[in-house]
Amino acid sequence: MKWNEILQRLLLLLIVILLGFSILLPLGSLFEKAFMNEQGQWIGVSNLLNYMKSPALLQSLGHTMYVSIISTIISVGLAFVYAYGIVRTPMRGKTFFRYTAMLPLFAPSMFFGLALTFMFGNQGFITTGFFGHLPFGIDIHLYGPVGIIISEVVYTFPQAFLILVVALSMSDYRLYEAAEMLGANPMRKFWTVTLPGTKYGLISAFFVCFTLAFTDFGAPKIVGGQYNVLATDMYKYVIGQQNMTMGATVGLVLIVPACLAFLVDRYLDRKQKNAVSAKAAPYRLVPRVWRDRLYTIYCAIISGAILVLLLTVIFGAFAKLWPYNLSLTLDHFDFTKVAGGTGWEPFWNSIRVAALTAVIGTFVTYLTAYAIEKINHWKFVRQISYFLAILPLALPGLVLGLAYIFFFNDRSNPMHGLYGSIWILVLVNIVHFFSVSFITATTALKKLDSEFEKASDSMGVPFYRTLFRVTIPITLPAMMEMGIYFFINSMVTISAVVFLYAPDLKLASVMIVNMDDAGDIAPASAMSILLVATSVLVRILYEWATSAMRKRAAKWQSRTNDAQQDSGAMKL
Amino acid sequence: MQPYLQLAQIHKKFGSFTSLKGIDLHIENHEFVCLLGPSGCGKTTLLRIIAGLETATGGSITLAGKNITRMPAGQRNFAMMFQSYALFPNLTAYENIAYGLYTKKLSRADIKKRVEEVLDLVNLTALAGHYPGQCSGGQQQRIALARALAMAPDVLLLDEPLSALDAKVRDKLRREIRNLHEKCGMTTIMVTHDQEEALTMADKIVVMNNAEIVQIGTPQEVYEQPNSPFVADFIGAINFMKDDSTRELHPQDQQASAIRPEHIHLGAFADDEGGALQYGKIQNIEFRGSFYRVTLQWMDDERLANPRFVMIDISTEQSKGLQLTKEQIIPFSLPKERIITFETEKPILVRA
Repeated sequence: MKWNEILQRLLLLLIVILLGFSILLPLGSLFEKAFMNEQGQWIGVSNLLNYMKSPALLQSLGHTMYVSIISTIISVGLAFVYAYGIVRTPMRGKTFFRYTAMLPLFAPSMFFGLALTFMFGNQGFITTGFFGHLPFGIDIHLYGPVGIIISEVVYTFPQAFLILVVALSMSDYRLYEAAEMLGANPMRKFWTVTLPGTKYGLISAFFVCFTLAFTDFGAPKIVGGQYNVLATDMYKYVIGQQNMTMGATVGLVLIVPACLAFLVDRYLDRKQKNAVSAKAAPYRLVPRVWRDRLYTIYCAIISGAILVLLLTVIFGAFAKLWPYNLSLTLDHFDFTKVAGGTGWEPFWNSIRVAALTAVIGTFVTYLTAYAIEKINHWKFVRQISYFLAILPLALPGLVLGLAYIFFFNDRSNPMHGLYGSIWILVLVNIVHFFSVSFITATTALKKLDSEFEKASDSMGVPFYRTLFRVTIPITLPAMMEMGIYFFINSMVTISAVVFLYAPDLKLASVMIVNMDDAGDIAPASAMSILLVATSVLVRILYEWATSAMRKRAAKWQSRTNDAQQDSGAMKL
Repeated sequence: MQPYLQLAQIHKKFGSFTSLKGIDLHIENHEFVCLLGPSGCGKTTLLRIIAGLETATGGSITLAGKNITRMPAGQRNFAMMFQSYALFPNLTAYENIAYGLYTKKLSRADIKKRVEEVLDLVNLTALAGHYPGQCSGGQQQRIALARALAMAPDVLLLDEPLSALDAKVRDKLRREIRNLHEKCGMTTIMVTHDQEEALTMADKIVVMNNAEIVQIGTPQEVYEQPNSPFVADFIGAINFMKDDSTRELHPQDQQASAIRPEHIHLGAFADDEGGALQYGKIQNIEFRGSFYRVTLQWMDDERLANPRFVMIDISTEQSKGLQLTKEQIIPFSLPKERIITFETEKPILVRA
């Protein structure tokens, strides 16, 4: 065997081992725990049956279903109209609306809970009628399902929006003209052309939002009150009662919708690829004064609401003593007097973890995608690796975190040393956000001619030379995108890391929950603001730094435009 | 008498780009009209304006004495078949065809009857339950045709209906469309860039170039009496000759006369009437099935070669007696009655 081939096989082997140890084995120990009792005896599904019998847990399941379904319907509905306005009408201000809709992506899910507390909580400015300045106040009974639903709507809105923008952009104008010629009115066109055309996008958005809401921990933690949902139950079992078995059982229930969403997504992905016709004509935007005005007003209301939430938290973070003394202060940004007096350390920890995750995560994900896409040996190993790489898409953060406790906290595990260190946080983040980055890398690599590798092989050039000289430079924009995705998500995530952080290694998102628990809402808001500001700043820096690079990339991409369309590129 | 469909001074601008300038066109009832021209000449825009999918910047459209310039597409009772069919992918063939009938407020039974009628008309009864994705290109094309016919339109509009099909299917559908046109008795307007399609199908050909109509006539008229070098060149093969003498043939210079390759007499068929006999050296012989296309280099006399070329078509039957070989010097003649002369008062530029 040639050196080249040995190296390639080694790389594949290394990747499948890495994926096995960081995804498959931890999951295995989670299942093991779920099917065992406290004494470590095999009891099969009786935990699940116990679960079904426990009225408290059944109630939580019912609660979770209820808030998830309601918030998904609202979120997808709002996002559909919003995306429709942006894609299908010639209204003004689209860039502004587009960016505002994506703002919630930069915030942890606790953020919206905090904002709602300032607005609709017991001392909220709307509940109290602007602190008594108005003759009446509006009490929406925030704590409970109402608060959770509103938070989840805002939290899932950008996800639904992004999916639906893509779905609405892939229309075929010829169908509208055909319908027009056949005398269809706008209503009939909507039902027979628009809806069928965006069907897959809608289903996909529905499942993504449902899964996010179903497994979210941050928002119910802040505004859930006494209203139990599965994610907070699981937290209580694991952190409060140290009942790992029940924690694992709840975790299994949490996986169900995520797995379903995963399967549906894979299925739709294949369907959608077949549905896109190369002959499709682009949608033609015809100005219609009143409709366009209505959409502008609608989008302004939605983006206004998002901005109000943001501004409220900012104000809350700077107000001296809400609601009694509203003069501005920087006191809340000095985190020494609250929740253990940790100061700014958690924030710097978060940045360190996010930066490490971004760098290492991008590197590993890219190599994995490269090995699976471009190496032509061991088809079976590559298929296993592909499956493992996609699998985290179906794993909620809480479940992943718990699985990591079981696997890495086991003293017989030689990797036990990772537990309690910064590296387990980095590792769990990489795995948590692995799939989306992996798909980004795969899509970028698929656009490249597979003949590159064959050509270099025939010239006797080792594969890694082609990789560094050709493949990586061409796919650099995708790599940068992966890095930023890892960074921002690691900054704001709470679910996986909440089980894994060490006492001397607190993260900003964890501190937000702890401070809120202790009633220190203002410092919690201050910390949230720091997180959002950092994420937005990094994103802006990234856009600025890569604009030149992307322009250059656009040059060669423009020539290979047709090939890209054929590959049915997926933008995430 | 007033024509059935009358276009008067139709103008269309897209920003600063003029797509149509002053189109005047009369179309009679039951006529099959082809809009023929190179891509970008405005023919599709004109069809879309007739359909109502595009609004003219200026001018008017009258149908049976009624001004329909501003009427929405859905109310004109026109049907259109799109270049790549635009079938609804989520509806079966049956549902696609029934789509427009629902807006006509017909009863369910009437709709069913009508759909079955047109399915039978295009021989697709077996495919009623199939989705477009499950049908071949030719079948999709016929579903689209059936969908248009089901509306019993006053005017049927066809936008390059055959361009996406392979040659064999195209030939067959050409005849089918023409037959359906005669059977259903509507007025049909078809856009095409394929001159053969226009010649074989149309009652009347409207040749367009650079946003204007260049010539209107029957297929025989535009072929045998093209009114400009552009039309002569666009429809069929042609040899151009310079104005001053019939001896010089060249396609690039300003021309005022021309002759079709099949009208030139070659070898033994050439006649020396009034000193019109010419000589040429054979450069190339191309076999085209039923005929040969021979390219000659024109000789000033029997020895001096001229850098000008002339195409001559000779039927395969006739060529048998001639023993054509390359480099052979052979006589030919240009029958006077076959020479086409153009009026140079209104020069029409041929685009490269």
